[in-house]
Amino acid sequence: MIVLDKDNFETEVLKADGLVLVDYWSESCVPCKALLPDIEEMAKTYKGKIKFCKLDVTTARRLAISQKVLGLPTITLYKSGEKLSELSKDDASKDSIHNMIKSALG
Amino acid sequence: MSNIYDVVIIGAGPAGLAAGIYAARAKLSTLILEKDSPGGQIVITEEVANYPGSVENATGPSLVARMLEQCREFGAEQKKEAVISVDFSGKLKKITSSAATYEAKAVIVAAGAIPRKICCPGENDLVGKGVSYCATCDADFFTDLEVFCIGGGDTALEEALYLSKFARKVSIVHRRNEFRAAKSIVDKVLKNPKISIIYDSVVEELKGDGILESLSLRNVKTNELTEYKAAECDGTFGCFVFIGSLPHSELFKDSLKLSDDGYICTDEDMKTNIPGVFAAGDIRVKSLRQVVTAAADGAIAAVQADKYIETAFN
Repeated sequence: MIVLDKDNFETEVLKADGLVLVDYWSESCVPCKALLPDIEEMAKTYKGKIKFCKLDVTTARRLAISQKVLGLPTITLYKSGEKLSELSKDDASKDSIHNMIKSALG
Repeated sequence: MSNIYDVVIIGAGPAGLAAGIYAARAKLSTLILEKDSPGGQIVITEEVANYPGSVENATGPSLVARMLEQCREFGAEQKKEAVISVDFSGKLKKITSSAATYEAKAVIVAAGAIPRKICCPGENDLVGKGVSYCATCDADFFTDLEVFCIGGGDTALEEALYLSKFARKVSIVHRRNEFRAAKSIVDKVLKNPKISIIYDSVVEELKGDGILESLSLRNVKTNELTEYKAAECDGTFGCFVFIGSLPHSELFKDSLKLSDDGYICTDEDMKTNIPGVFAAGDIRVKSLRQVVTAAADGAIAAVQADKYIETAFN
């Protein structure tokens, strides 16, 4: 997974072509850390089809807010820099993320 | 591998883990099923100051981590699987998860509770967009911003204190004119210069285009409505909700006796209306929902399950 920060977010996500998944997380968010292994597994499953990234929001709070992300965990799927779909909090389960990805891949 | 266990425990919060420790230590083959990560609601709590004997500065996650270690040391098996259905009609109880069906001589239901929602317009759309039920997850977003903290119990006030480390200003919204939280916590809150209190008020509506921008409060005595808007320079604020819990008992409503508000009825030995099925922790009818009472419930349930198995299966 690509580790995002304030400096590379624009290049890796907003200016990137194709599908990009961003896992917004932080060290103090226990549900986020529980979800991370599932996301890492999905990164392998969908390799070549979707670019998987993660952003520790404590290092980029304003950036997350500018993306209208104010709660963790949030999993957002971008297509050519535009938000396509998003799952947050309890909705961000392994199964629902799989479904979100499948419907994006068509 | 066999799918038959002495005890299957549903839920890995403090009640389920305590049950796991006691059951495995009694040499019962024990399986703990948990759909999320272990810990339950307590892992979203930063400070746990009242668990007897815990080390200084204990947090929800640190307590749970130790309970997990103890479970492993005694040999309780754990799986990250969601329970989809249960069949308690036979002598061997059947528990079906997302991955398999298990059979158990005794079942301990420790599925816990989930945070209660305000149930006002706008709330669902703004979860993760300013509305939160988890301070440790989301407090950081509101560094130097304003937050509202809804509720008047121990949890609401403790989380308000935690939020005051991040936010510029914390406003507690409480529907009564006095607190039912422990006096020591109330004193800390009243002394905190960043925290102010809005009494006799409830949240009527939450609004925002993509992120939380305004909140309407209704005074329950005068019915007067007051709208709070995010400061222009901030653009948003936080609304953290701590108004109690709802039991995770949907799966058991056809088999177990529940109270009117959905909690599982047990006797003081944690026995439900079905022999061999026990309930422990926040999911059952009780007067105090805390880690210490959950752990006690779990211990009692496991010991009673052991006794039940001995009588019913030997």
